[in-house]
Amino acid sequence: MLLALALTLGVAACGSSDDDTGSTEAEGNSGGAIVSNPDNGKVSLTIGSKNFPEQEILGEIYAQALAAAGYKVKTDLNLGSETVALRAVKSGQISGYPEYASTALTSFFGLEPEDVPADAEGAYEKAKAEFEKEDLTAFPPTPFASANAVGTLKTTAEKYDLEDISDLEGVSEKLTLYGSPECRQRIDCLAGLEQLYGLKFKSFKPVDIGLRYTVLEKGQADLSILFTTDPQLAAEKDKFVILEDDKEVFPSGNVLFVTKKSTAEQAGPDYEKTIVQVQEGLTLPVMQELDARVELEKQTPKEAAAAYLKSAGYTG
Amino acid sequence: MIGALLPHPVLASIEGAIEFIFSPQSSNVTGGKTVGGIDQVWELLLNQIELTVFALALALVVAFPLGLYLGHRGTGESLAIVIGNLGRAIPELALIAFMAAFIGVGVLNLTIALAVLGIPPILANTFVGIHQVDRASVEAARGIGMTEFEILRRVEIPLAIPTLFAGIRGATIAIVATATIAPIAGVLTLGDFIINQNVYGTNGVLAGAIVVALLALTLEFSLAGVQRLLTSKGLKLSNA
Repeated sequence: MLLALALTLGVAACGSSDDDTGSTEAEGNSGGAIVSNPDNGKVSLTIGSKNFPEQEILGEIYAQALAAAGYKVKTDLNLGSETVALRAVKSGQISGYPEYASTALTSFFGLEPEDVPADAEGAYEKAKAEFEKEDLTAFPPTPFASANAVGTLKTTAEKYDLEDISDLEGVSEKLTLYGSPECRQRIDCLAGLEQLYGLKFKSFKPVDIGLRYTVLEKGQADLSILFTTDPQLAAEKDKFVILEDDKEVFPSGNVLFVTKKSTAEQAGPDYEKTIVQVQEGLTLPVMQELDARVELEKQTPKEAAAAYLKSAGYTG
Repeated sequence: MIGALLPHPVLASIEGAIEFIFSPQSSNVTGGKTVGGIDQVWELLLNQIELTVFALALALVVAFPLGLYLGHRGTGESLAIVIGNLGRAIPELALIAFMAAFIGVGVLNLTIALAVLGIPPILANTFVGIHQVDRASVEAARGIGMTEFEILRRVEIPLAIPTLFAGIRGATIAIVATATIAPIAGVLTLGDFIINQNVYGTNGVLAGAIVVALLALTLEFSLAGVQRLLTSKGLKLSNA
């Protein structure tokens, strides 16, 4: 099982990193190589991210792309929560960082999860308008979106006949749910499952998000909060499934790059242009593969980002 | 008085944290449910104490008898030191994640992981405390016909109490402080306030830190009190 997994990913990884022409995922999305502009050398940028793999990969992609465009770039990729990251942007500690539109709307601007626009463009417009009120701005969204999801082993899903989250009615009392510590009280997580679906679980256990698959595999958790971009979902379709969020408790979010308006003005047009250009190739399968490289193959986010930029033709 | 010493923003944060400890606050992300307040603080505090007691008990069961034995025999100094240093070098988070693959997450995992922090100071101090007891006293005890066990119980342990307790106090502080990370492995302790700033806000983070610090100080002073009660009069005089 594990061997088969390593093999699939190994092949996929070779295909995209070793030869420039044969990159399957990013083909057609390539916006051409990033051109270095000497004017940008006067501008120093610090790119931030929250402290989990997908965010660190995104931070590295933006940082390396901006460096290729001629900017002086530093990174600060270990900001804890979104509250910390937002404060770091406002205080100027970082120039900008990638944030999920859904997180911004619910956590920063107090929207209920069901009020988050389902389409990427609508969510972007709304988030951007809210950010503008705080002298911040958001660049257009990535093609991929990420959401929390209730995941389980395929065997568990078959045993209780689960397809949608609503199917948990009547059985959830027998099941344990594991999720990140903050899931417990969030309306777009456990609190939403309880209030909006009316579910009661046997127990909820907080765990580090790095353990979200371990607790399922170990048989400790019947259900675990996963991310829709998780590489395990693509690589081990026969093992893990996610339940359809039929009442939309988990808003899906495309990634927006958040920065200060004044920073965007000082940095010139290449700042937004580079970021939008470089994220064009970031579709769901590509993001899953990049996550796989870091989470399953133990590459560093820096290496994964560099391989992406190279294979998609953004850098030489 | 305090206002004159501290800049206003610091004072305001502390006020906010104290408010969080005693009365529930609203939160951006909970869909209207309040967070914090004395009931929740109390619940998490009890969990933290419980976990500390379990881990300390396990560390004592493992390290204390071994330290006594090695100290009394006067052998195994290098073993005691190697275990002491190894224990200090093991990263706690890695240990929790490593054990998660075998025994899963939860109280058992955390009890073992935290006990690993407590074993080195208890082992090292027990060994050194017993070993350094004046040989003349030990020989005198042997001379009047005490068994080896009696020597340990009636001569060596009483004379080594200050050093033994230094180890136990060190272990307790290390364990209670580190029990703060338990919410990443299935047990809700005061660390929940600290790691979930999105839910509890900065007031919650500071409140969690304040309560953990108070708990550590309380344990430290209580153990110092127990130590005074157990220290023989003669030893107190000679130390004074």
